[in-house]
Amino acid sequence: MSEEDSQEPESELTEEQKTEIAKWFLLNSPSGEIQYVAKDIRSVLMDENVYNMAVSEAFPLYNKTHMISLEMPNRSGAVIVTSFGELNDNEYLDPRTAQVAKVNHIKQACTDVRPATDEELPSFYIEQFRCALDSELIKYVSEAYPKGACSVYCTNGKDAEPGSNFELTVVISAARHSPQNFCNGFWRSVWNIDFKDDTQLVELSGKIQVGAHYFEEGNVQLDANHECIDTTIFQSPEDSALSIANMIRHHETEYMASLEVSYSNLPDTTFKDLRRKLPVTRTLFPWNNTLQISLNREITKELGLGK
Amino acid sequence: MEGALDLMRRMHPKHIDTSLTALMSLLPDYSSNLLSQVDQPLQVLRDMESGKEFILCDYNRDADSYRSPWSNKYHPPLEDGNLPSTELRELEIEANDVFSVYCDQYYEGGISSVYMWEDDNENYVKFIACFLIKKDGSSTGQGRRGCLQEGIWDAIHLIEVGAEEDGIAHYCLTSTVMLSLTTSDESKGEFTLSGSIRRQMNTDLSVAEGHLCNMGKMIEEMERKMRNSLDQVYFGKTREMVYTLRRPTKWCR
Repeated sequence: MSEEDSQEPESELTEEQKTEIAKWFLLNSPSGEIQYVAKDIRSVLMDENVYNMAVSEAFPLYNKTHMISLEMPNRSGAVIVTSFGELNDNEYLDPRTAQVAKVNHIKQACTDVRPATDEELPSFYIEQFRCALDSELIKYVSEAYPKGACSVYCTNGKDAEPGSNFELTVVISAARHSPQNFCNGFWRSVWNIDFKDDTQLVELSGKIQVGAHYFEEGNVQLDANHECIDTTIFQSPEDSALSIANMIRHHETEYMASLEVSYSNLPDTTFKDLRRKLPVTRTLFPWNNTLQISLNREITKELGLGK
Repeated sequence: MEGALDLMRRMHPKHIDTSLTALMSLLPDYSSNLLSQVDQPLQVLRDMESGKEFILCDYNRDADSYRSPWSNKYHPPLEDGNLPSTELRELEIEANDVFSVYCDQYYEGGISSVYMWEDDNENYVKFIACFLIKKDGSSTGQGRRGCLQEGIWDAIHLIEVGAEEDGIAHYCLTSTVMLSLTTSDESKGEFTLSGSIRRQMNTDLSVAEGHLCNMGKMIEEMERKMRNSLDQVYFGKTREMVYTLRRPTKWCR
């Protein structure tokens, strides 16, 4: 009894440790599954204090990494929750409508909007480039993504005037959640666009991440990611927008094609390196004749012919 | 416990170990329960006598040592470690021999191990056998086509063999496959599919051909089905999902 008593404090986790573990589960939830994971972790923890602490820290991070898009209450479209548009813990800029959305992270909902202040928006000069690119992207995204959201942020030099460098960031986020079919997935691309006035070049670097989770009587996940870079010349807002959108379209289409190739190589090449569909002999294994196999091995061993 | 198992179904397969350890530290009272319900990636050890590798699992473990199917010895050495009866050990030796040929033919490499033991708790069970396969299919491992940067296939087949009645025995097979495959190159980026599935199969068979023949056929059939459903259903569903997120290329051109 006394031994058990002395072991107790050692095995007991501190509240801090429990919170960290709970946060780890929440942050590693697959796309669209954090609410389910939260429910599970709540039942495992059986400690509302720890649970509340963990969710309040994990949800904002998760929502930003997953770039979830939320409908704004005044029917003005969706706002994407990203670190690029983050003004404070629960306010996110929607550059397209020049509005600021108030976000309830744990409910994953937009509760209110207000017009953005002048300080929160880029200069007139930048806005021309941003807005032109946004219009081109909307066209592309609506063609390529059945349910995609996109946004263009100014991430550097927001108050720039002609003659200086600035940076825009394009976010494309598409997610599909169908829990009743045990299937969730996301596509996220982030394109960094560096407008360099000194060299008159525009440099693009993109990161694409794709994931899917299928978990009916099992747990299978796809993780794919790709990075690419490209360059074009600094032109008028409209011409820059057109060539940037075309480059994004080109790279993403190429990448989609390579995903299709990866999948079509699976059955006969890639998967075969793990396990063949049929034995090398191309006939089912001779289980009825295993005595022969054992004997053969014995003989090989005795004659020293083993591998 | 229900919540814990649901978490295991949602967390990424590459995090099985971390998730399990984390859950056990949150639910110390359910540790053994969790361990028995969640399969973990397989580990291997080299038999010091035969030099051959063997697979570690709960079924060849006694204290902190593991019994090799090749030499029947515990690693690290254990004075009075559990051993199967002489009769069962004979079947175990034969099963290991035959199963390593099976493994060669389907996996073009890979490590296999078979363990058998008597179950004293269950009257209607004559013995239990566990067939294990671990394959490293990466280009640096035993991937013949060299297309995988990383490739893991772990298979666990647990068979309960019932006592014979009128020349017929009941077989209950529970199989788990855990796998992960990654292809990677500069133009395509990194592409990883990973996961685990578990299936069960029950059947009554005549023992005229012997237990090994019956068990082997069941495992072969089960592996065929599981490979098929991973390929067609599980990978297929993730592909479908990608195609609903972004339209396939023929639409956009």
